[in-house]
Amino acid sequence: MYAKKNLQNNITFIFLFILAILFLVPIFIVLMNSFKGRFFISDAPFALPNSQTFVGLKNYTVGLAKTGFIQAFFYSLFITVFSVGTIVLFTSMTAWCITRVKSKVSSIIYYVLIFSMIVPFQMVMFTMSKAANVLRLDNPIGIIVLYLGFGAGLSVFIFSGFVKSIPHEIEEAATIDGCNPIQTFFLIVFPILQPIYITVAILNTMWIWNDYLLPYLVIGSNYRTIPIAIQYLQGGYGSKDMGAMMAMLVLAIIPIVIFYLALQKYIIQGVVAGAVKG
Amino acid sequence: MEKMPKKYYAFFTLPTMIAFAIAFFIPFLLGIYLSFTKFRTVTNSQWVGLENYIHAFTDNNDFLNATIFTVKFAIVSVVLINLFAFSLALLLTRALRGTNIFRTVFFMPNLIGGIVLGYIWLLIINGILINFGVDITYSAKFGFWGLVVVTNWQMIGYMMVIYIAAIQSISTEQLEAAQIDGANSWQILKNITVPLVMPAFTICTFLTVSNSFKLFDQNLALTNGAPGRASSMLALDIFHTFYGTFGYEGVGQAKAVMFTIFVAIVVLLQLRISRSREVEI
Repeated sequence: MYAKKNLQNNITFIFLFILAILFLVPIFIVLMNSFKGRFFISDAPFALPNSQTFVGLKNYTVGLAKTGFIQAFFYSLFITVFSVGTIVLFTSMTAWCITRVKSKVSSIIYYVLIFSMIVPFQMVMFTMSKAANVLRLDNPIGIIVLYLGFGAGLSVFIFSGFVKSIPHEIEEAATIDGCNPIQTFFLIVFPILQPIYITVAILNTMWIWNDYLLPYLVIGSNYRTIPIAIQYLQGGYGSKDMGAMMAMLVLAIIPIVIFYLALQKYIIQGVVAGAVKG
Repeated sequence: MEKMPKKYYAFFTLPTMIAFAIAFFIPFLLGIYLSFTKFRTVTNSQWVGLENYIHAFTDNNDFLNATIFTVKFAIVSVVLINLFAFSLALLLTRALRGTNIFRTVFFMPNLIGGIVLGYIWLLIINGILINFGVDITYSAKFGFWGLVVVTNWQMIGYMMVIYIAAIQSISTEQLEAAQIDGANSWQILKNITVPLVMPAFTICTFLTVSNSFKLFDQNLALTNGAPGRASSMLALDIFHTFYGTFGYEGVGQAKAVMFTIFVAIVVLLQLRISRSREVEI
């Protein structure tokens, strides 16, 4: 019995091990090709670089110059950090308020926000980018307002779910002690919600960092984020530089891997917590 | 707190709601209106009734093809992703060595964005197809299965993590009781594990259904609809109608309205069906 179980476990382990390698191989193939000359990639992507095809870091220098990748990295970083910060602050305030104050307005706000989660972006992409244009939101600061608007649905939804589970006696005690709602929120509720802030922040970071279409339509012609820079390399027909493409894909993946390995525990917990409340 | 003075209520809700109005609500209403007009800019529109909706179907078959392609794609990916994710979750909850590392690896592709994912797999898929003298734009079938592979690679890990949490929350007493009663592992899986992870199943199907229907970035990077528009999904078809065809903005907006209604119906149906299968023990 024990031996049989052991054998079974070993087979499972080997199976998972092979699968894990299959999951990682695509990234290694891109890494490998990023060191090969641009004309040696498409024809034989699975061949290791050799003395004839190896070009060192040339793809990286060419790619960086072509795409303005470093600038793109900082635009992406700026937009993601400040949008996520804005979203978690304002949507937690909204979620707490509409969950605690039971009124018609509160439930209208809640259901309209939930509805927005289902609607595909294409429904509003044209009118939204025109509105952004008119209101001068077509820059890396203005786009934060748009992300707050689009992120509101999911974030309010998750925060509301957790606010419901906090006993409101604590807040009532604070009110009796003379706290106004703003003090109650920031002194009492805010600290209790801490773990949920991490969840909401992580879900929004994953979305905004990788988002392509919204920034492309709103700020794409003047400011390139990382996904826009990558798509830009695709360029016109026939002129595509595969070497630069491989190098930029590697540079796009590196920050994500670092972010993931550093915060892995929180990311996985965040995904689970977000899903369970959903 | 049943009541809150108006000025505080405004303080808490207005920042979010103003941004929401600008980014979503006003554009949404304007979008519905514009779908009944011929327009080049928002301020210069002319009422045409249902003409755009008719044009969406009669001018060419792109929209119909995209709808069929999207539905087929969604069915195949939702089934495969959930099947693989749940199987992996079962294997990874058996207290083997290396479980955490495997979980880390399987989840990672999820953090890579659609555009980058698309180009990673474009290299690999074309690298395989070149041996047969073709590339991914040769046939919509290649594009279809390419997209299935990409989204599986991306989403299996995410759903797996949710299933793992659900399986781990099943109490060991229930499993032990079943074992004492003489249930074999298939019976335990069928009669205890599966019914108890139904809520996770609901949320995972919801996420995969809605992601599959709305898929855009991967489609753009992998095939951009080629050959012709044959591998365009709905989101990409609407994008091309808007920005790729002169004078078709109204038709694009009408397609977007229909797309929205379609997604809303599918998502609500899915939630209703899978919620009804959840049990409480």
